[in-house]
Amino acid sequence: MIASLARLPARVLLATALLGLALATAPLVVDGYILSVILIALYFAYVGQAWNIVMGYAGQLSLGHALYVGLGAYMAAALYIHAGIPPILGVFPAVAGAALAAAIIGALAFRFRIGGVYFALLTIAFAEFTRILFMHIDWLGATEGLFLPVENRTTNDLLNLRGSPTMFYYVLLSLVVASVALAYYLRESRLGFFLRAVREDEDAAEASGINIFRVKMIAVVLSGAMTSVGGVILAFYYNNLFPSDVFGMHRSIEIILAPIVGGLGTLFGPLIGAFALGILGEGLTAVLEASGTSTAGIKQLVYAAMLIVIIKFLPGGLWPSIARLIRLDRGGER
Amino acid sequence: MTWELAANVVTGGLLIGLVYALMALGLSVIFGVTRIVNFAHGEMTVLAMFAAVILFRQFGLDPILMSPIVAAGLFALGYGLQRYLVAPFVTRPEHEQFILLLAVAFALTNGMLIVFGPEAQGILTDYSFDSYEIGPLIVDKTKAIAGLISLVVAALLLGFFRYSATGRAIRACADNLIGAGVVGLNVPYLYALTFAIGAATVGVAGCLLSIIMDATPVLGPELTLLAFIIVIVGGLGSMTGALLGGVLIGVSEALAGLLFTPSLKSMLSFGLLILVLVVRPQGLFGKSGAR
Repeated sequence: MIASLARLPARVLLATALLGLALATAPLVVDGYILSVILIALYFAYVGQAWNIVMGYAGQLSLGHALYVGLGAYMAAALYIHAGIPPILGVFPAVAGAALAAAIIGALAFRFRIGGVYFALLTIAFAEFTRILFMHIDWLGATEGLFLPVENRTTNDLLNLRGSPTMFYYVLLSLVVASVALAYYLRESRLGFFLRAVREDEDAAEASGINIFRVKMIAVVLSGAMTSVGGVILAFYYNNLFPSDVFGMHRSIEIILAPIVGGLGTLFGPLIGAFALGILGEGLTAVLEASGTSTAGIKQLVYAAMLIVIIKFLPGGLWPSIARLIRLDRGGER
Repeated sequence: MTWELAANVVTGGLLIGLVYALMALGLSVIFGVTRIVNFAHGEMTVLAMFAAVILFRQFGLDPILMSPIVAAGLFALGYGLQRYLVAPFVTRPEHEQFILLLAVAFALTNGMLIVFGPEAQGILTDYSFDSYEIGPLIVDKTKAIAGLISLVVAALLLGFFRYSATGRAIRACADNLIGAGVVGLNVPYLYALTFAIGAATVGVAGCLLSIIMDATPVLGPELTLLAFIIVIVGGLGSMTGALLGGVLIGVSEALAGLLFTPSLKSMLSFGLLILVLVVRPQGLFGKSGAR
């Protein structure tokens, strides 16, 4: 890993270092509003990176990743509210629960050889099923919602995830760095090559002796587990959870936007995509405010139009073009 | 629970199921031929519902009489969508097609939100509260009309694909794309025509739905998923399967609403979807191996 880092040109290392420095010091420089915008971008970069493992590397289109966000969020929040268990401990059952759900979905799908659109529909079905189920569990607030007690945020309590946006910012930043490192390690590993082999041609991968069931299962479970951690952070950042919002299909679609816009199956795609969408969204809001129009839906309409343009003209996303620009594409897609 | 109540609920579910089936039929036709999964199906249905609502509110025109007009509008939309947006994606990877149509769905939902607003908008015709009494059964007039028209339109559609020269040509594209090209069929035109026919079907279904339920932009994704459940349960690409699937879902949702609580009824449908995907992915009424 160190050896391959050393192969990178100096200007790339310098740019990375500057970007890292900028992200690390951002809360000291920018105001609260901009911080909240970057925070959301970091969240989408993180869950996008998690989704990228299952779709970008293993080629299995999951349209139900809101399920893992929701399970993580509800599990950690309920343990905190009902049993006083801090999220630093609650995150373990949350991850275990989401991993179990992912394992069940994966086992059903891959044992019975469900792929393509059928897999996408299976993931939607599980997310929707869970959404309606949670709307009827009174212990979890049902449709009235589950609320975390909001205390004054003068001190930062990392163990209980109670604190200022700056604290959440650094937590999410650490998660993003960890997820990029994990994705880097994964793609350079034997398993990473197996995953891409499965993505390109399942039958050929199987014929070469790859246990495709096992490889796809690892991708789905790892992705689900990672996503649920994002859900835990989300629950404690927003302090309220509603099944129709957390598990909704629009949430699953939100998760897949950043990696697609940035570049499916690339290391930096989810990060680039999340920030590109964040900047676009804020730019749109500013333009709409300046022009005095505030109709609901315009921003989403522009998002949709941009998604159509990207998928039509840049199906590989933004990152391959950027990589070519900074001449980082010699090693194939990065 | 009395026997009569159950019979009434089942009849109501059956009639609504027929309308759902007509909507799902459009999805099945499009997929069966072009292999494109129309993720914007429910959104197109809601567009047709709004068209019916506007025509009724502004000009007092009856939604059922207007359904050929709305269908024509949706036909044009479907034709244009396939010809200019979807066609280049036919040979692209599956996930790029999905994302394109998800984006179209997202655009339609938010476009409708801007134009029509988020409020639920319904139609009150002078027969909205009428009902027929057949023995112990009391059937809403709106549901009866909508169900019967759905059945007629579905039969017309089946007849078109079975007996007309164009219908046969479209089926030829579905069976063997290269062969269809070899014998000189204009495949891009037939694909666009198929998408247009699927959209027109949805146009009729939307008009019929507009007298049964209120139109609202957020209904789109719900109807898309409903159409998916029906075609998967019935067998993706099978037209009779879609009809039977629609009736099955309509009746089972109505019964679930009666036996448990109405809010749980779609959970049953999603459970059924999972079960069918795992156990019988070709659908309950589809041919085996047609995956």
